[in-house]
Amino acid sequence: MSEPRVGVYVCHCGHNIAGTVDVEHVAEWAMGLPNVVVSRDNKFMCASTGQEQIEQDIKEFDLTHVVVASCSPHMHEKTFRNACARAGLNPYLFEMANIREHASWVHPHDRDGATNKAKALVSAAVHRVIHHEPLEPMKVSIRPETLVVGGGIAGIQAALEIADAGYHVYLVEREPSIGGHMAMFDKTFPTLDCSACILTPKMFDVGAHPNITLLSYSEVERVDGYVGNFTVQVRKKARKVDQDLCTGCGSCWDKCPIRIVDTVFEAGLGYRKAIYRPFPQAVPKYPVIDVENCTYYKTGKCRMCEKVCPTNAIRFDMEDEIVELEVGNIIVATGFKLFDARRIPQYGYGRLENVFTSLEFERLTNAAGPTEGKIVLRDGETTPKTVAIIHCVGSRDRNYNTHCSAICCMSSLKFAHLVMEKTGAQVYNFYIDMRPIHKGYEEFYHRIMDEGAQFIRGKVSEITDVARSPEEDGKLVVVCEDTLIGHQRRVPVDMVILAAGLEPRADAQEVGYMFGVGCGDTGFFIERHPKLDPVATATEGVFIAGACQGAKDIPDSVAQGAAAAARVLGTISQREVSLEPIRASIDEERCSGCRICNNMCPYNAIDFIEEKGVSRVNPALCKGCGTCVAACPSQVISGAHFTFDQLMAEIDGILVDVLSDRPIVEAV
Amino acid sequence: MTATRYPYYPGCSLQHRTHAYQQSTEAVARALGFELVEMDDWNCCGATEYFSVNRLPAYALVARNLARAAEQGATELVVPCSACFLNLHKTDKNMGRYPELGERVNQALAAGKLHYEPGTVKVRHLLEMVITDIGNDRLKERTRRPLYGLKLAPYYGCLVARPDSVFDSTEQPTAMDKMLEAIGAQAAPFALKTFCCGGHMTQISEDTAFGMIHQIVQNAAKSGADAIVTICPMCQLNLDVYQDAANRYFETDYHVPVLYFTQVLGLALGLSPKELGFGQEFVDARAVLDKIQDVPPPRATPARRPKSALPMPTMPE
Repeated sequence: MSEPRVGVYVCHCGHNIAGTVDVEHVAEWAMGLPNVVVSRDNKFMCASTGQEQIEQDIKEFDLTHVVVASCSPHMHEKTFRNACARAGLNPYLFEMANIREHASWVHPHDRDGATNKAKALVSAAVHRVIHHEPLEPMKVSIRPETLVVGGGIAGIQAALEIADAGYHVYLVEREPSIGGHMAMFDKTFPTLDCSACILTPKMFDVGAHPNITLLSYSEVERVDGYVGNFTVQVRKKARKVDQDLCTGCGSCWDKCPIRIVDTVFEAGLGYRKAIYRPFPQAVPKYPVIDVENCTYYKTGKCRMCEKVCPTNAIRFDMEDEIVELEVGNIIVATGFKLFDARRIPQYGYGRLENVFTSLEFERLTNAAGPTEGKIVLRDGETTPKTVAIIHCVGSRDRNYNTHCSAICCMSSLKFAHLVMEKTGAQVYNFYIDMRPIHKGYEEFYHRIMDEGAQFIRGKVSEITDVARSPEEDGKLVVVCEDTLIGHQRRVPVDMVILAAGLEPRADAQEVGYMFGVGCGDTGFFIERHPKLDPVATATEGVFIAGACQGAKDIPDSVAQGAAAAARVLGTISQREVSLEPIRASIDEERCSGCRICNNMCPYNAIDFIEEKGVSRVNPALCKGCGTCVAACPSQVISGAHFTFDQLMAEIDGILVDVLSDRPIVEAV
Repeated sequence: MTATRYPYYPGCSLQHRTHAYQQSTEAVARALGFELVEMDDWNCCGATEYFSVNRLPAYALVARNLARAAEQGATELVVPCSACFLNLHKTDKNMGRYPELGERVNQALAAGKLHYEPGTVKVRHLLEMVITDIGNDRLKERTRRPLYGLKLAPYYGCLVARPDSVFDSTEQPTAMDKMLEAIGAQAAPFALKTFCCGGHMTQISEDTAFGMIHQIVQNAAKSGADAIVTICPMCQLNLDVYQDAANRYFETDYHVPVLYFTQVLGLALGLSPKELGFGQEFVDARAVLDKIQDVPPPRATPARRPKSALPMPTMPE
């Protein structure tokens, strides 16, 4: 084999790299590395001129391998691989050295140090790349069916977009009905249109769509496979009601003697029966039996629902059912959880009767809620004359969540409007900053100010029922520093609404793990790129949408649902997808059949071939993580693109003394 | 229980003014089988004022105690007074948190040939030590005379309810509430449990001080408490000694005895009121002793809520 011929390209990235690293010197120095036949620096390697330079050099210098020293491979590895491919070079004969995130950006005040580090990284890449082998990506076909997890507004939107485009969707929802949080609201900001009026047509469409299979009261339990070919196991929890017979007439819940506080749909402010349908417009319309609270499951007696059901639809012996779905893509739209206001004891939620959370207030003001929309105190009768709305409860607070929950400014303004409109009460908003940032939001803020709501800038220190003056007697006193006038204030009110923040679902970690989606430092799912790839994830074929990705309001959730659907439709229309050829393979001649790797593999990609007594990697399932490679006691598993030779050469390369140009460890 | 001998910092108030706290602390220690060994050669913690007057000497004054305790081999130091506790605890923490401060304090200590390495001595409030090391289960087990029928307002004061709090919550701690329940009493829902008693405000502005004292006493009385239980000599002094003056000022007539937690704990352990220092208080606590019943009172039925009332959120345990 002829000698390798390597081309090295050092990128300035404008000032991002060149501002700290002496890129001309690095490029010049790289000429002295073994097998390098051309080395250049360039203002922007990712620009078309940079890419064309690579293509031109491959032809002119007969390059066999290419190294680009620039940013993270997450950004541009694909760009430069494509450039190599266009010039006829196998794209895997390319290696990237990250001298931006790993050198210039992290050592901004040490030009010599950063330059030396960049040299070492380039050396490592040059040493490594000559061991690269040409690899061919594997093509797999894409199943056109899609799984959408979560039936809130984001999931509903995604499901409808895909179904309307003519492809089948399985929509899995944990609760008995789709609709999510939006179904709980009375009005939506800033237009104040009725939430149910705009949501229920979409819910109905989902229920009736020929291309949508709705799996409500169901949960995904297991996900196997890879982009284009996922196998998903779903547990359909037993409704104990035969959907084929039930007409949703309501006799059963009318007569059910067990009444319990509904902590889900009514946010704890109202009641439901042990057999229940969360709300009248529920989709599907069928009730479920809450086994934990139903008398029959405790004592074997009652069966009232069975007696009154006109169609004999009650099935006490119905069992959970496991359904297996084959899908090509997955959209995770699992939504958010409201911050638990009891974590801030000084705000008194749960201790002081007339402190409400935002979701409680949504139910209070909802015509279909426990008070039929009457805004009253916890006694169920008294109309408040003064109401305080506390912003940023559990958000933008180092003690709880650092993130801004994005919706609370606007929902607080909406609450202020509804309180003033329905009760004529005086409303005080206690805010840190007002952030009405989207279209029509600032105008809404001004409208609410014009309507007479008061705004007090300051974080509330406590809400107390201990009066200091006769005016405070029997009231809740909101204590805060008014930072605009520089005074402590005590504002006596009848009712307090806590605009609690949005948090990731309690089980976000486990759900994320199941779908191969990571959680960021605030606990929400991480997108592939915060700006340029906001609905894709690190796992091919798995997308995220709505508040599971970060706190967001209805318009943003709908936009993300539609965006995720567009991405899915894109892959479906390609019919097939290329899989990275970076995966493990087992030398079956030398495999001892110990099976240690079988259980190690996090993707279940290794099968044991009984007749041969050896293990074998399923290339379509393997993600190339390298766990088995490290675990194999006989060292007969190799990871393509991460071979022993390649890694050792990379280490040799990085151990070059960049000042003397000699290896630091001569003995190796 | 992790130790039977604890290095102990009594502090000036305890030793010179609040004999009831000292007496009951020592009695309770004996009854529970641990020994408080007073450290050698300690000095005043600087109380609540010195830090506001001159920070560095204030830190040095406190650090001297920590250095001496460390020198005597102490790895922890039990402190019954909240002001002493706060100053010692804060000094240990801040010397470690702000190395520059630690260095300057040690420069000052060097004049007396002393040195303190922050983190060496774990400063513990007596209440926290009793609750953590002995534990409510054991206290319940050791209880000879359960305080049935007593409703007590657990008063933490403001000094232990700080961001570095060693109790369960800075804003609404419940550690003492649970301890009182363990020994048979009922903890009153006392909203002002971490409110400031006024400190030395009585010497600066009586109007302000009376306002603060009166509010706490009033809130305790309204919560139905038979007595306020405190963990700090300053709090006890203000609420007890000035209760009458505050009553006169506001034309009210509250009589809420103010006891140390060690006094009520000692009662439950079967010790006599005399050895626990009862009778030294200004607001007579004899009525409290008479209220203790032999059998647990019937569980109070929650007040009936109107039929139209909306459900209340449930509180976690």
